[in-house]
Amino acid sequence: MSGSDDYEAAAATAAGEVAAFDDSRKGVVSRFHHALHTTPALVPLIVLLASIAIFGVLLGSRFFSPFALTLILQQVQIVGIVAAAQSLVILTAGIDLSVGAIAVISSVVMGQFTFRYGIPVEVAIACGLTFGTLIGALNGWLVAVMKLPPFIVTLGMWQIVLAANYLYSANETIRSQDIAEQAPLLQLMGAKFSLGGAVFTFGVIFLLLLVLVLAYVLKHTAWGRHVYAVGDDPEAAELSGVDVKKTLISVYALAGLICAFAGWALIGRIGSVSPTSGQLLNIESITAVVIGGISLFGGRGSIVGTFFGALIVGVFTLGLRLLGADAQWTFLLIGLLIIAAVAVDQWIRKVAA
Amino acid sequence: MEPILKGRGLVKRYGKVTALDRCDFDLMPGEVLAVIGDNGAGKSSLIKAVSGAVIPDEGTVELEGREVRFTSPIEARKAGIETVYQTLAMSPALSIADNMFMGREIRKPGFRGKILRQLDRRKMEEIARDKLTELGLLTIQNINQAVETLSGGQRQGVAVARAAAFGSKVIILDEPTAALGVKESRKVLELIQDVKSRGIPIILISHNMPHVFEVADRVHVHRLGKRLCVIDPKDHSMSDAVAYMTGAKVPDGVHAD
Repeated sequence: MSGSDDYEAAAATAAGEVAAFDDSRKGVVSRFHHALHTTPALVPLIVLLASIAIFGVLLGSRFFSPFALTLILQQVQIVGIVAAAQSLVILTAGIDLSVGAIAVISSVVMGQFTFRYGIPVEVAIACGLTFGTLIGALNGWLVAVMKLPPFIVTLGMWQIVLAANYLYSANETIRSQDIAEQAPLLQLMGAKFSLGGAVFTFGVIFLLLLVLVLAYVLKHTAWGRHVYAVGDDPEAAELSGVDVKKTLISVYALAGLICAFAGWALIGRIGSVSPTSGQLLNIESITAVVIGGISLFGGRGSIVGTFFGALIVGVFTLGLRLLGADAQWTFLLIGLLIIAAVAVDQWIRKVAA
Repeated sequence: MEPILKGRGLVKRYGKVTALDRCDFDLMPGEVLAVIGDNGAGKSSLIKAVSGAVIPDEGTVELEGREVRFTSPIEARKAGIETVYQTLAMSPALSIADNMFMGREIRKPGFRGKILRQLDRRKMEEIARDKLTELGLLTIQNINQAVETLSGGQRQGVAVARAAAFGSKVIILDEPTAALGVKESRKVLELIQDVKSRGIPIILISHNMPHVFEVADRVHVHRLGKRLCVIDPKDHSMSDAVAYMTGAKVPDGVHAD
């Protein structure tokens, strides 16, 4: 060994525990910061509870009743389901602008297959669900294999699917009475039942189950961890042995399937099959995801947060309406919440705080 | 003694650039082999060719005397070759345990694992903790801490621990001390010794001559896309090595060309 002087000896007297993983966080703010870092759904939960409390105080039992609170659930069910799909895609650092269009065309396929071709309604529903999944898978293939940006792929798919939807349906609505008479299964998700004063629909139950199942899958299965890893750093995930392409395609396909279920729920909610419904689902789902604390940069956030995000929007909408405020106030406040949520996300990502 | 990992006549071209020019490579069992070379000499291409990250245009790679043709790092990994990349290949937002088991998760036994696909977190955390303790990365209070909250040295430690935990035959370390301070580098060098003492051979790619000369048993000098020579660090000085790899001096027995 050539004359390497003992330059490291100078550091010998310094503290030795280089790799100690101590957790020495001090102060309320940094403790809170740490809690947010590990539990990203905490912020939307706090906002949700606070907004329910505020509207509860302002409106009393008109708002703070099982009926009103479950009404919120009914009003957010479609957006909630679509937002769950959007969450999966955004967790991979992507975005899906075609969610609303997939939901609508799936509902149109279910309706038209039943009424135009006389296919048994169960089969028609299965076809609708399959169709949504296939569009999602195509999005995933374009993103993962062709390496096109998700924003562009789904922007294009949105236009294609929406146009195909109008062309195929000839812009015709299938009337609610006809569905109720001939194929009531299409309206299944809208079927209501009450517990005490609370009113639930199957669509609401589906949303609740979907959130629980996705939360489990994301947290407790290898696929779920891969979704986060791919969104966090795709190269690192690939080198660690994750099949990034397969994960991405499966995420977009699953998102397509969930949107198709949203399309089914949409028939239940509005009663009819209408090719012009669900126009705002894209923006509303992204809003719920962002307010729910999922990072648009991928890899961070939880599906439960998205659910809270959707509920926050629902609480504001109903609460302000009951207060008699102009509907524009709702949009204004939601806009503020979106910007605040992204600001909080940026703050959470500063791990060195 | 037969080399555990052997490359013969490896060629890799990128367009008009020849990154590997009929390159040979030998890693003996149980040794630490350093690979040094100037920037652009083709060190990375060589390592990628033996670890499956690139597919060589010509030549053969043999692992334990059997020819292998890896088409991805994952295949190499399955064969027992673990690589610690300079970028570490870790997901910053995920925990230490998640990262260590990324791509090779352990599921719970029985119904919950098979049907519900539930991960066995407790078992993975236990193994992760054991592996880190084994390598002297002790006092881990929270194995569920996100990797991004660790220091550079700690991250390197976790990456090396991951490789050591699963690399049954060969571990490749790409510039493990490049981004580290003095104390953290020391820790990583100790890790290398620890891994070596357990009989797993290591390929160390580094620009840091003091580190190379401290831990390497043999030094592979790479120049212009091929192996110029292999030197014993006990018989050569660091300035010799630098002179060889920059072409300022030609080692005995090698014809200048």
